[in-house]
Amino acid sequence: MSATALRIDELKGEGRAALVGYLPVGFPTVDESVVAVEALIESGADIIELGIPYSDPVMDGATIQHAVDVALSAGARVRDVFRVLEAVSGHGVPVLAMTYFNPVLRYGVEAFARDLAAAGGAGLITPDLIPDEAAEWTAAADAHGLDKVFLVAPSSTPERLASTAAASRGFVYAASTMGVTGERATVGARASELVAATRAAGAERVCVGLGVSRPEQAAEVGRYADGVIVGSAFVRPLLGEGTFTQRVDAMRAVAAGLAEGVRTARVDGGVA
Amino acid sequence: MPESLQNLQGPYFGEFGGRYVPEALIAALDELDTEYQRAVADPGFATQLADLHRSYSGRPSIITEVPRFAAHAGGTRVFLKREDLNHTGSHKINNVLGQALLTKRIGKKRVIAETGAGQHGVATATAAALFDLECVVYMGEEDTQRQALNVARMRLLGAEVVPVTTGSRTLKDAINEALRDWVTNVDSTNYVFGTAAGPHPFPAMVRDFQRIIGVEARQQMLDLVGRLPDVVAACVGGGSNAIGIFDAFLDDEAVRLVGLEAGGDGVSTGRHASSITGGVPGVLHGARSYLLQDEDGQTKESHSISAGLDYPGVGPEHSYLSSIGRAEYRPVTDSEAMEALRLLSRTEGIIPAIESAHALAGAMRLGREAQEAGREEIILVNLSGRGDKDVATAARWFELVDAGADLGAEGVDA
Repeated sequence: MSATALRIDELKGEGRAALVGYLPVGFPTVDESVVAVEALIESGADIIELGIPYSDPVMDGATIQHAVDVALSAGARVRDVFRVLEAVSGHGVPVLAMTYFNPVLRYGVEAFARDLAAAGGAGLITPDLIPDEAAEWTAAADAHGLDKVFLVAPSSTPERLASTAAASRGFVYAASTMGVTGERATVGARASELVAATRAAGAERVCVGLGVSRPEQAAEVGRYADGVIVGSAFVRPLLGEGTFTQRVDAMRAVAAGLAEGVRTARVDGGVA
Repeated sequence: MPESLQNLQGPYFGEFGGRYVPEALIAALDELDTEYQRAVADPGFATQLADLHRSYSGRPSIITEVPRFAAHAGGTRVFLKREDLNHTGSHKINNVLGQALLTKRIGKKRVIAETGAGQHGVATATAAALFDLECVVYMGEEDTQRQALNVARMRLLGAEVVPVTTGSRTLKDAINEALRDWVTNVDSTNYVFGTAAGPHPFPAMVRDFQRIIGVEARQQMLDLVGRLPDVVAACVGGGSNAIGIFDAFLDDEAVRLVGLEAGGDGVSTGRHASSITGGVPGVLHGARSYLLQDEDGQTKESHSISAGLDYPGVGPEHSYLSSIGRAEYRPVTDSEAMEALRLLSRTEGIIPAIESAHALAGAMRLGREAQEAGREEIILVNLSGRGDKDVATAARWFELVDAGADLGAEGVDA
């Protein structure tokens, strides 16, 4: 069974959703991104998403675009994801990579899957790859026992929810709203409906991302989803003022709050 | 290989094409595809579009033989398909009128578009004014400066122009930003994509809206000279004017189809926009096709004096036609294109767009090659746009005015 799925199920047994934390590889440098990811794990992230910097991130809003620009300007390479993976995968926390498809295609889909697995990676989240176009990746992921996390959106038809759920391994990533990554005042009202519809279409585990940045939002989403995915809210403090250590501390504070959020989610209401 | 290469409907052209986009956009792409297929089957749609072509954009566009220009092209006969005479000054209006009609059929009230040189943005803003649609055009900040006059034109037409300040601040980044807008506002918004690239159904749909260029030109050549041309030449950025003129000739095996890519400073310098000549297959903006990328799959910045060709990708059907050898693709440098621009202006009194000047430069070389080989040829060039928007660039290139003269295109607050 997928380590990611196992972890989500363990947490479900504890009565709570997973906190899935995103940080880009190589931001602000490769070594510092290792420090930041370890801090995120220490502060309560249950699953990590390592973003591979890409020149044309169409699903990302301004915060992550900026961080990725910094990483690329500092010389981040695609292969750095394996270095960071090796450094952070000893903590018992599943680590997935999140990547647009072209860097994987360029690296070689099979070679990428092989090296990802060898570095301890759990799998891939692919924001611009739909299962319909993913035959090569699916074969490579299956050969190496990797998670295939595809996305569903509020606009997905029931047929597409079913085919995406069937194609996914680990969990299904439900986009809470129609839009790109970034912090929002409210999480889309359609998110809970989407999670229910995705489960009805056959998905065993559904995590929600896009727009979650505050503890009360994490608590709200944690009531109905198997995981709460947070990215921009962790990246923003790292883009702020002060020394790197101070910025990491600011990120820890955000993470601790969100970790508390997912832990309080089901105290009153029980498991949704 | 299919029996006929005409009207290939996608989503794949050989190994190219597809839909490499976020799931959030799939429903909108399906809706667009379905509505487009319905429109194609509806004679009323074709009638509406034909009326607009005749009474609004000025079709059919004429063909013009250019003997004084041809004297510099090895003495071969050269004909121009005059898309520069269309309303708004280029072939872009052909596609935009079709997509605007579709937007009305779908019932959406807002359109977005990307633009490089500003031609597609102007065409979209024009159609939006005509059809009473809200219009937002994304344009790389660098392009808003290179093509400030077109920014003003779009605003005059009532469109909002958003300068894009991310990445290389050119066409590819404008597409990224338009895709982000579309993901967010897809319920109310149709993306009027400007070239025969992007996710299915855009490559086939845009080609269909542009194929009128070749359909007209093929018949016009038969009427005027009694035979088909030996060569059809067109510039290729994303490739919509080229696929538009190529399509009608795809099954005429004797007709050579030549796409001229923007060679910038020369392909060997790395500063160019020749995706097929100097790129490798990959995925960008929703389709698998040739693109300029580094060894990590990061998109490389393209370089061209022509904002409309300054794009690191190319439509998937061109990649396919190249892979099967049905069309050939060659680079033309900035200076070759500018020389051709000046030559057509001086010999024929026609100032072409810098984009189209790449096709003219290609024709000059093809004509000389034919002469050297002792062949008497007829070359049909798609003159995809007029050069009014490029006068400031040409003035600087040829030092036509005093240094420091206000050309109006630089320093305008975009």
